[in-house]
Amino acid sequence: MSFLEVLYFIIPSAIFYAAPLILVAIGGVFSERSGVVNIGLEGLMVIGAFVGILFNLLYADTFGAATPWIALIAAMIAALLLSLLHAVASISFRADQVVSGVAINLLAVALSLYLVKRIFDKGQTDFITERFARYNVPFLSDIPVIGRLFFTSVYNTSFFAIAMAFVAWFVIYKTPFGLRLRAVGEHPMAADTMGVNVVRMRYVAVMISGALAGIGGAIYAQTITNDFGHATINGQGFMALAAMIFGKWHPLGAMGAALFFGFAQSLSIVGSSIPIIQEIPNVFLLILPYVLTIFALAGFIGRAKAPLANGKPYIKGQR
Amino acid sequence: MSNKATNLLVPIISVILGLLVGAVIMLVSGYNPLEGYAALWNGIFGDMYTIGETIRQITPYLLAGLAVAFAFRSGLFNIGVEGQLIVGWFAAAYVGVAVELPKVIHLPLAIIAAAVAGALWGFVPGLLKAKFHVHEVIVTIMMNYIALHVTNALIRTVSEGGDRTENIFASASLRSEFLENLTEFSRLHYGIILALIMVGVMWFILEKTTLGFELKAVGFNQNASQYAGMNVNKNIILAMVISGAFAGMAGAMEALGTFEYVSSKGGFTGIGFDGIAVALLGMNTPLGVIFGATLFGSLKYGALNMPNAAGIPIEIVEIVIAVIIFFVASGYIIRLLLLRASAKKKEAK
Repeated sequence: MSFLEVLYFIIPSAIFYAAPLILVAIGGVFSERSGVVNIGLEGLMVIGAFVGILFNLLYADTFGAATPWIALIAAMIAALLLSLLHAVASISFRADQVVSGVAINLLAVALSLYLVKRIFDKGQTDFITERFARYNVPFLSDIPVIGRLFFTSVYNTSFFAIAMAFVAWFVIYKTPFGLRLRAVGEHPMAADTMGVNVVRMRYVAVMISGALAGIGGAIYAQTITNDFGHATINGQGFMALAAMIFGKWHPLGAMGAALFFGFAQSLSIVGSSIPIIQEIPNVFLLILPYVLTIFALAGFIGRAKAPLANGKPYIKGQR
Repeated sequence: MSNKATNLLVPIISVILGLLVGAVIMLVSGYNPLEGYAALWNGIFGDMYTIGETIRQITPYLLAGLAVAFAFRSGLFNIGVEGQLIVGWFAAAYVGVAVELPKVIHLPLAIIAAAVAGALWGFVPGLLKAKFHVHEVIVTIMMNYIALHVTNALIRTVSEGGDRTENIFASASLRSEFLENLTEFSRLHYGIILALIMVGVMWFILEKTTLGFELKAVGFNQNASQYAGMNVNKNIILAMVISGAFAGMAGAMEALGTFEYVSSKGGFTGIGFDGIAVALLGMNTPLGVIFGATLFGSLKYGALNMPNAAGIPIEIVEIVIAVIIFFVASGYIIRLLLLRASAKKKEAK
């Protein structure tokens, strides 16, 4: 197998695995930039995956080929509602944000499995019939090398995820809303003095993170697993959290990190059929994202610094 | 109402609210909540066998709760109990399988191995927190996944490609014929005694030693502790190491008592995360941990009876647990409401 063939094999599958991670990681960027730690990304992804699959199964006959896309919207709304719970607890009730996130994770898994058993009377759902379709991008896929790497048998969701990263960058760095978002996360009291509604900004940010995590979960379920069970989302939310930190709380950085982690994930799955890589024990590829994140935090790979007010409830009038 | 009474009321109200939410969910989804909770009750206290199994389930919860609570008291949030438990589980099972020694040496050795493995897994985030000011929450989450994948790989190596180890030698086992006979052959083992001793150990360290005083001081205010001449970095690392050791021992309970082997895992055991709930509900005190572990251990084991006896999925109990965590975490609002209620009473008088 030549080097190029190896790339043809790995790069598309890396992008394929990265797409949900990118969206969820960007969701994390929004929440944490506003000063709310969101450990609950995993749970929000679970709810997204569950509602996405459920909607797809129920309405595949009605909507036909458009079903997966409409399922994304349903998943988005469901995860947004669940993230409201995190917002209420951590912003209004001043709960420990990490604890509230842990509760979200427990609740999401339990609630969705409970409903799966109630509706389907077994541990996992049926397989969906309407999936996201792979296709070749016209013209672009004819470009030599690049066409085959990036534009052949791709999912539209991958392009959507990458586009969202740029949209998020624009929103966070180029709009008044983004400026306020960052201000609220760095120094809420200063922002409040300047007339920014800290509580509202944080609510909006957490809801955006819920919406994006829900979409990410639904994409994961509708492209990779095609059904929903207890192990459908198994750590992807935390990996997205890792990508967010490794990307230094920056949307494009998070995208880069998510692509890299997707690469590591796909290597651990398809690597066994590639020379050289099959020599590396699988476990090293599996733990790579987590080890790299720890290194990044420890400052071995550039300093990753969290927003200043991250994790602290804002109490008006308190210094 | 005194501050202390309010502090006690918050967990109790949270538990009641959690059970109420569970009842509402059962009602809405077409089950009978009374039947459900009756099945839960029987699943916990039905006969001697279920009581034995319930106590067995409480055992690792006690230690996991201690681990979280101990770190909390030093101002650290150890989400890594899950990972520390997994490496402890593996270490204990490995020592149990690899050598055969007289019981007086073998059993303590296996438990110590688990504690050391857990402590090592806690040492890394502790060191990074002390030296580089890296937030321990993220590092411990990452360490959880590293633990999961590394132990799975080690199990494959040890079992030469299989997905579980051999059963441990009887000389390393915590199983007790006496306790089994007492409880109609449940898997209740001597671990519960060790766990209760550890509750005492935590109380002793925190309340009766200089180390405990320093750990609590660091938990209250790092700057003040530093100014008073305490070595803050050393205390942070020690807190994580001791916390990890408790968690590792929780793994030993599963390795040497309940299962007597270790198998590769597709996901987490959940005991470590429930440990957070145990510690929170117990307000991070040793006595509170006994209360929290008893409640959550019982709920968790009793839930297994719900599908058979009432046709309700066991996940309903996890929903209840999650809701309880929510309410305990949102203690601020419960305190506020209690305060208003008692203020109104005073006005009425």
